[in-house]
Amino acid sequence: MSLATAAPADSWRPGRGKVGMACLIAMESFFFAGFIIAYLFYIGKGATGPWPREVLEVKPVLVNSAALIASSFTVIASVKALGRGHLAAMRWWLALTILLGAWFIWGTWVEWRGLIWEHGLTLRTNLFGTTFYSLVGFHAFHVIVGLLALSTILGLGVMGRLRPARDTLRFELVSWYWHFVDVVWVFVFTTVYIVGLRP
Amino acid sequence: MSTLHAQPESVARQGLMERLHGWAITVDHKRLGIMYILSGLVFFVVAGLEATAMRMQLIRPLNDFLTPQGFNQMFTMHGTTMVFLVGMPVLLGFGNFLIPLMIGARDMAFPRLNAFGFWLFLFGGALLYFSWLGGDGLYGAGGAPDVGWFAYSPLTSKTFSRGNSTDYWILGIMVSGFGSMTTAINFLATILCMRCPGMTLMRLPLMAWMMLVVAVLVITAIPVLTAAQVMLLLDRSLGAHFFDPQQEGSAVLWQHLFWFFGHPEVYILILPAFGFLSEIVPVFSRKVIFGYPLMVAATVAIAFISLGVWVHHMFVVGLPPWMNALFAASTFLISVPTGIKIFNWLGTMWGGRIRFETPMLFCTGFLAMFLIGGLTGIMLAVVPFTTQLSDSYFVVGHFHYVLFGGTVFGIFAAIFYWYPKATGRMLDERLGKWAFWILLIGFNVVFLPMHFSGLLGMPRRIYTYQPDRGWEIWNLITTLGVPIQILGVALIVWNMVRSLGKGRVAGDDPWDAWTLEWATSSPPPEWNFDRIPTVTSARPLWDRKNPHDPDEEQP
Amino acid sequence: MALAGSGVSSASEPMVCAPGSGPLPLVRPEVFQPSSPPADEVASMAWLVLGICAGIFVVVELLLIVSIVKFRRREGDRGDPQQVFGSNPIELAWTVVPLMIVFTLGLVTIRVIRDIDRTAPPDGALEVVAIGHQWWWEYRYLDPAVPGGELVVANELHVPVGRPIWLRLESADVIHSWWVPPLAGKTDLVPNRTNHMWFQADQPGLFLGQCAEYCGNQHAGMLLRVYAQPQVAFEAWMASQSTPPVEDATVSMGRDVFQELACASCHAVRGLSVGAFAPDLTHLMSRDTIASGMLPLTRENLRAWIDDPQTLKPGCNMPSLKLSPSELDAVTDYLMTLR
Repeated sequence: MSLATAAPADSWRPGRGKVGMACLIAMESFFFAGFIIAYLFYIGKGATGPWPREVLEVKPVLVNSAALIASSFTVIASVKALGRGHLAAMRWWLALTILLGAWFIWGTWVEWRGLIWEHGLTLRTNLFGTTFYSLVGFHAFHVIVGLLALSTILGLGVMGRLRPARDTLRFELVSWYWHFVDVVWVFVFTTVYIVGLRP
Repeated sequence: MSTLHAQPESVARQGLMERLHGWAITVDHKRLGIMYILSGLVFFVVAGLEATAMRMQLIRPLNDFLTPQGFNQMFTMHGTTMVFLVGMPVLLGFGNFLIPLMIGARDMAFPRLNAFGFWLFLFGGALLYFSWLGGDGLYGAGGAPDVGWFAYSPLTSKTFSRGNSTDYWILGIMVSGFGSMTTAINFLATILCMRCPGMTLMRLPLMAWMMLVVAVLVITAIPVLTAAQVMLLLDRSLGAHFFDPQQEGSAVLWQHLFWFFGHPEVYILILPAFGFLSEIVPVFSRKVIFGYPLMVAATVAIAFISLGVWVHHMFVVGLPPWMNALFAASTFLISVPTGIKIFNWLGTMWGGRIRFETPMLFCTGFLAMFLIGGLTGIMLAVVPFTTQLSDSYFVVGHFHYVLFGGTVFGIFAAIFYWYPKATGRMLDERLGKWAFWILLIGFNVVFLPMHFSGLLGMPRRIYTYQPDRGWEIWNLITTLGVPIQILGVALIVWNMVRSLGKGRVAGDDPWDAWTLEWATSSPPPEWNFDRIPTVTSARPLWDRKNPHDPDEEQP
Repeated sequence: MALAGSGVSSASEPMVCAPGSGPLPLVRPEVFQPSSPPADEVASMAWLVLGICAGIFVVVELLLIVSIVKFRRREGDRGDPQQVFGSNPIELAWTVVPLMIVFTLGLVTIRVIRDIDRTAPPDGALEVVAIGHQWWWEYRYLDPAVPGGELVVANELHVPVGRPIWLRLESADVIHSWWVPPLAGKTDLVPNRTNHMWFQADQPGLFLGQCAEYCGNQHAGMLLRVYAQPQVAFEAWMASQSTPPVEDATVSMGRDVFQELACASCHAVRGLSVGAFAPDLTHLMSRDTIASGMLPLTRENLRAWIDDPQTLKPGCNMPSLKLSPSELDAVTDYLMTLR
């Protein structure tokens, strides 16, 4: 590729992987922004119930959120471990990350099970159902995609196919995606469980 | 600068199937760029035929050339095709072809992603056009979408748009949109990461700056459209209520989301044309671009402000007056950097020694026509005036002046300028000049009268009109201009086809230009440059040709 | 699409209107022929805006033409001219001057927005609710004389000259837009939302307009007709609209057809049927047109319309009921009595 002669006045040239992942994250952020705006626009509106305050339980979701947030820290540890060449530590931290992410998904599933079967709330019930399931659902979908990516990396790690020099940056970029999923969750949680539940 | 011949001998003996296969699997930005542009031009002809059908229907009042539904499908497909399947691919295709060459790189940052994006675009376009066959689903004979290119709800709900035609609109554009998004990622990554040594951001060709900014707009705007379309899809197929008035869903929310995308989209469609002008006008005026830093600042300002003007498409929806006033202010504001650019191009021409070959003719036409479109745009920013002008033919006239007189003229300038680089042959200059004048005249005959019929009360998107309104003469004139435009476009297409074999051999640098793409052969080899250059200013070839008068003082 | 009886009369013929009113001049939907205060304000301001834009146009195009002519490459020109990279004062000037121009335009815009905007009906206004349907207009006047308190008419809006009219705008289905340029700028009719606009006809006339927001198949067929009448004529019209429908025993067969077949389920005739999906027909014959302004109201057109609306207004929501010729004649005769 191009020569890297840096004359003193030469300007900043970031790595293309970082730029690419940053672009992806930016695009996804605007995608989520659309759904968050729809959610905020429709708070309190709708022709029929059930209403958020009747059916949403914040405490279990807080626990799930803690798991997801924690998984960001564990993935940082995993990336660092790979960078230092500590492959075993990398695998353990990564496995923990995946476990925490899976816990989040499982917790979402439990919440939805209650909403659907106990309260009869679905996407088509009312505006709350529409905006809730689409927003939380797309986020959960992104978490699942992230889990698949992380599991692939874990699989490669278990098979001994990872090489720190080549793969640390790549793993770091995937971890950026994972952090993004976390940050989005902070916004989604605030929108749905804080702003949306205000009297 | 030594250049190797573009193709090794063995390639010349390849059979047709092998050559086609080479194009089908290519990840070379140059080939992908050409494929984008050619596909876009094909869709341009198709959309032009759709417009021709509309104009034939409107040539006289109470005509029956098209059924009402047929007409409604025509304007929907015409608008949708022109924006998503002509404008985007052609402009992004030029970016694809030119960016690595202009910044001294060997390819885009993600060549395979680039190829994936092209095929996504093409598939999305095919999906949209498949609606002619499959649109009404089981119950009808097939139908293309007929909800307008902006597909307002609740007209697009299952209740009012039965069958699948609207779903084809959603999915075709969504898939194409993913293609645009991958291109944007490539543009950003390539321009930021792969510039040759010495090329600071303030030495980027302005074309590359425009593409950089366009990429940012694509990244911010298209995902919002995707979100809105997903919401509509959920409404239509899973019974969601995003835009369902029965459940207190809001029709206005669709408009906010759509236009948050839609306005930046029109800047996505014009900024690359600004880039073409910024490269072509200096070369043909023989003068460096006037005010490079201000041009960069104006571009960034336009992009930034364009994210905050979208409500000017909604001035008659009944929003609070303070909101209308605020967005009128931002719309007025965006006209300033746009005007600055026009002045800077004029400032470049002033004091020059202008050669009026076809690329420069189209640039001059652009300046004259885009100015008119920009001024009618300012008129439309005046909210009370817009309450009369909105949704009328005045708006149709306005946006065709900026999109045809602007973007399309810019594209033709770019075709004449860079065709030699891509093919190694010059386009015929005489045919080019004829095409320009015919197009200039035809374009004005078609679109100028629309301002009058709009002021006389003619709304948009009507398949026919009453004879007692005084609109006949303007509609007649407009329709009579269509064959003139068709002739102009046909001349360009013919020129492009004929010159492949018969055009004068171009050589590396037929225009005596200054940016890096002219430092390699025409067409460039697959690897672009034998040696990656080091640059010391924004005009590397000027510096090379004028060692006594380089653009920047060397230490 | 061939229309029986051809299109509506040409501009030179005045229209004969409802009982109690003389002929009204036809007023074309031109933006620059205002006949109402909001339209007046917009038109005067528009001249100013056009003037400013024309001025900018002349200056810039002149600069373009001069540079094309003066700085064209000439025979014998060798080499490149002086390379000028920019000029701070000039660039500042052409940043500041446009800013000032748009600032002025912005102030003008805000002033006119505030002048025209009303949050409440002007004093003495007549309040009418306009409801947009695919593809016709419903109007409701508050009228104590009518049972139910609301006078419901369709497609032809009658208003008194010289009195402010407060239109509340609602939609029964998709987005429409009410646009009669000489009376006011347009405002959309959005489902689930009540917009409002006002106008005041300065002079008598039949003001033409049409729906200005694409609303489906027959968006082009949703014409507007506003009859601005002198106060006395308007009151006479209101009075005649408030009366119960004409009861004519000779058309009882037609009335039976109307009631027994699907007509009554969509069309209301006061005291007879309460349909809400289609225009109220109580005083059908007081109108000049049918199909929302598309066809003059003659017996021939009416009969053809009832026979097969899809031929005359393809895609509209009224189906052909496949009446036999005698049923068709009967129901047409019946409707012709609804003066």
